[in-house]
Amino acid sequence: MALLRCSDLSLGYEGKPILEHIDFEVQAGEYLCIVGENGSGKSTLMKTILGLIRPLRGEVLTGDGLRPNEIGYLPQQTVVQRDFPASVYEIVLSGCQGRQGLRPFYRDADRELAWQNICRMEIEPLARRCYRELSGGQQQRVLLARALCATKKLLLLDEPVSGLDPKVTAEMYQLIGDLNRKDGITVIMISHDLEAALHYASHILHIGSRIYCGPVEGYLNSETGARWAGKGGQCPCQN
Amino acid sequence: MSKLALYLTQTYVQRALLVGVLVALCASLLGVTLVLRRFSFIGDGLSHVAFGAMAVAAVVGLSDNMLLIMPVTIGCAVLLLATGRNTKIKGDASVAMISVGALAVGYMLMNLFPPRGKSNISGDVCSTLFGGTSILTLSNLEVRLSIVLSIVVVLFFILFYHKIFAVTFDESFAAATGTNTGLYNLLIAVIIAVVIVLAMNLVGSLLISALVVFPALSAMRVFKSFRAVSVCAACISVICAVVGILFSAVQGTPVGSTIVVADILAFGAFSLAGFLHSL
Repeated sequence: MALLRCSDLSLGYEGKPILEHIDFEVQAGEYLCIVGENGSGKSTLMKTILGLIRPLRGEVLTGDGLRPNEIGYLPQQTVVQRDFPASVYEIVLSGCQGRQGLRPFYRDADRELAWQNICRMEIEPLARRCYRELSGGQQQRVLLARALCATKKLLLLDEPVSGLDPKVTAEMYQLIGDLNRKDGITVIMISHDLEAALHYASHILHIGSRIYCGPVEGYLNSETGARWAGKGGQCPCQN
Repeated sequence: MSKLALYLTQTYVQRALLVGVLVALCASLLGVTLVLRRFSFIGDGLSHVAFGAMAVAAVVGLSDNMLLIMPVTIGCAVLLLATGRNTKIKGDASVAMISVGALAVGYMLMNLFPPRGKSNISGDVCSTLFGGTSILTLSNLEVRLSIVLSIVVVLFFILFYHKIFAVTFDESFAAATGTNTGLYNLLIAVIIAVVIVLAMNLVGSLLISALVVFPALSAMRVFKSFRAVSVCAACISVICAVVGILFSAVQGTPVGSTIVVADILAFGAFSLAGFLHSL
């Protein structure tokens, strides 16, 4: 059984479909990049997978022992977070909240896990610092550590490198690649950067008027992929 | 000083101090999450709603107008806070709309159908907004009610502290990873509505907004973790309430506005401290 399966999924807001008839599977250990033009429904698809939006039709199934609340999520930053007074440790620890149920306080095991993930993201020196004072790259590491507290199996990342400079972007991709290869965490990532997607990902999901889902190699040979990647690996929308 | 000592032996001053401190404590604890969610003005908005409901209750002739005020205000709070951020009219606009609307409708109804035995409508309106001297004329029942309520609010805040943090910092992440954000938003909305209605009766709607906003903002100038900000906001709020009530008892100034002035001074001091610290 696949880790995640979307069958005949139609999604959109208020009954108006943005995307229809999406079928794809994600196997454990894959690194899937979702690409497509602005407004093609990439973020909506991710929110539907996470259960934040109800699909108009079809369903999202989790398998392989993955429960729906064991998905780690790295959302795009919101306005509220930019001036939020919270320490790095508090934010990372809040990644364990989904498992708490009605228990009011965290257990020692949760605190331990939060520290492990802080160390894993190499942000120990920042643990007592205030989130709003960190650089963009550091903030993304904090949110990634939080996502890792929520999951051991599947990470969903919504444009994790947007707004970062090239050096930090490369570090971020390296970090995500390591989580996928060394720790065996399945990654699903929305990306605007096709070149990086082709370089790091094992599979591509292209959504838009034509849908492709499969390994990276097959994507370049497909009609959609050839057209899209043909322009020097740049998104046509950016040219 | 001897004058102050004399006042402190008076029951009405003791009651005012007790209730003022408790209301200040509750409002400031809830204020942190409200300010961060961009709902700073909800205290004002909901108290206008409560005023509107009070006017309707007076016109209809209900003997106990709490029966109408409480459900209406809770309903509006739920509508504003618990429907999430995906509504068509965004937070600040919907608060403004509901608050101004309720105030206007309430005032108009009171003018069209003046309640029997009351001729001084603008006096009523004024004391609703500014609290008048009602904090100095509290009954035993009101004091007990506010003690019970404060215990409930403080317990709620402590037991749900981590959930409030998770839902306030990142609602989508919390929902995606299995936190029941809808339930917690609903609980927060109901508690806020209850606090605002009771506090409005005790200290007036002007003061309740100030108690929600000022301590949280002052604490955020200096402190950098959610826990420190919450604790500090509660302390600032309690200290300002005590100072304000004692000052107004001695000098004869209006209680509500004296407390607000104390909060403004604290905000100034904390801003300065934050600025000096960042140099």
